[in-house]
Amino acid sequence: MYNYLEYGGSDQPNVPEHDQEKYEQFMARIEAGEKIEPDDWMPEDYRQGLIKLISMHGISEIMGALPEKEWTPKAPTMKRKLGIMAKVQDEMGHGQLLLRVAEDLMKPYGKNRENIMEDLLSGDLKFHNVFHMPTKTWADAGMVGWLVDGAAIISQTNMLDASYGPYQRALQRICQEEVFHAQHGEAIIMALAEGTEYQREILQESLNRWWPALLMFFGPSSADTTGTSKQDTMIKYRIRKSSNEELRQAFLDKYLPRVFSLGLTVPDETVHYDEEQEKWVYEQPDWNEFKQIIKNKGPRSKERLRLREVAYENNRWVREALSPEAIGQ
Amino acid sequence: MTKVTSAQEAMNDDVYLKALTDLLYQLADDDFLISFRGSEWLGLAPHIEEDVAFSSITQNTMGHALMYYRLLEDLSEGEADALAHERDPSSRRNAVYFEKKNGEGEYLTEPYYDWALAVVRNFLYESFKKVKLEALTKSSYTPLANIAGKVLMEQPYHLSHWKIWFKQLNNSTDEAKTKLQSRLEEAWQQFGDVLELGEYATELEHFDIISGEDDLKERFIQEVESTVKDIRDISFGKAFGSGREGDHTPDLDQALNTLAEVYRSDEKAVW
Repeated sequence: MYNYLEYGGSDQPNVPEHDQEKYEQFMARIEAGEKIEPDDWMPEDYRQGLIKLISMHGISEIMGALPEKEWTPKAPTMKRKLGIMAKVQDEMGHGQLLLRVAEDLMKPYGKNRENIMEDLLSGDLKFHNVFHMPTKTWADAGMVGWLVDGAAIISQTNMLDASYGPYQRALQRICQEEVFHAQHGEAIIMALAEGTEYQREILQESLNRWWPALLMFFGPSSADTTGTSKQDTMIKYRIRKSSNEELRQAFLDKYLPRVFSLGLTVPDETVHYDEEQEKWVYEQPDWNEFKQIIKNKGPRSKERLRLREVAYENNRWVREALSPEAIGQ
Repeated sequence: MTKVTSAQEAMNDDVYLKALTDLLYQLADDDFLISFRGSEWLGLAPHIEEDVAFSSITQNTMGHALMYYRLLEDLSEGEADALAHERDPSSRRNAVYFEKKNGEGEYLTEPYYDWALAVVRNFLYESFKKVKLEALTKSSYTPLANIAGKVLMEQPYHLSHWKIWFKQLNNSTDEAKTKLQSRLEEAWQQFGDVLELGEYATELEHFDIISGEDDLKERFIQEVESTVKDIRDISFGKAFGSGREGDHTPDLDQALNTLAEVYRSDEKAVW
């Protein structure tokens, strides 16, 4: 799963004058399509932007496992139990892959994974808005796979050529697996859509609930909406290609026809494709709510963070027992 | 004993069928319950790498349960998903120790799960599972012998995973040793029915469906001895009765209510 490119925090410092030459070489490299590796010189705002982006992406994979995990032991058949377990495992695996990339970037600051976890628990590190939302029924397990992962595929494939080599390579694998996830989600959705009245009801109810969060998934169109946006910096540094709104349009293009063909509706009577403007017109989600959600004030933010905190504290003795000092004692 | 090569053939002999069916429920329910407990751990393991590894093992184990339920399906016991989700607690044949909750709290809220319990239980489980599988490769019921052979291709990796955890923690801090030790003592008080074969133990041995309880127990002790030195002095208790004969605890009710919640929410549904 994935992160929008919007986050708070202060502006990054400009490049110091004595590094101007290195900076120009760096820009020339990425503009020529070369990949930057961990030991290469990079501007400070590039490094810090990547750390934020990748640690948020990584931690969102891990927090993203939690909503679906709520349904894993409850999945209605053996096959579904196995499928969703494999899927959640993949998400944890993506988290691992990404945190390792982030850890390399953080080395100059003497930070590691422990710091990432601590930043998450202290609220300094944000996780993706969709994972602050509650799940109510089994249909949500399908919805997360189908549309949330569907949205993730759109965002992530947009960065498959990212200028930072380790992230770009991790994304290749992640995107391949996300395609399976979306198929897994779609299979759950199809069974519900073709099922009993109750199944169709929980499916529509789930879509109604997830709709605003799905629109928010890609982040606000511009900094005007929420005050900060790093999307321009990320485009300049060739991390991503498209703007938040372009990604959202691609998502609507791909999924709205599928939603309608299943006989489902979205809770927005104004939504339509404008032939002249060649884009989807839709009612904006409540971006103030979005701001609250990513400040860990969403409907399930506290409970999800609490789960991580319990797991972290509760297993402290295990981490201590595995530490080099303990093993050598 | 001559080989029984198909479900049809097994169904020709009523006593053989009863004994075989009972054993298959034990095998399926053990794997199903232990993998259900594993699925509750998802996302909560001590570190991310372990989460991924544990989940992988859990998926394999649930896959094994499914293979046994399918063998039961072949014996006209009902459809595999119904066998996994619908049977009431008294007809479950898993050993009581495997239904035990992962610790305090629930997987959705305040899961104070105990990694020492996870390590001890899974280590003992996989040790005994290996012994049983090896015995089953010689089973007179060839569909079961074939499955045992297949499962044995991956199961030793599961055992080795948990053995490493056990040894590492047992050679580390005093806190870790104490926690493991106390979970081991608890296990021995409840482990008695794990080593049993239930109502048809005599017939199972007689028909060469699996070797006898004494033989399995001795092989289990040999398997564990290198890791748990004093295993020969242990007397295995049955603090909560015998799951092989239908005795169970409220922890099983919690497991069944959770794992069948969606299944039961619409009985006409295809999921």
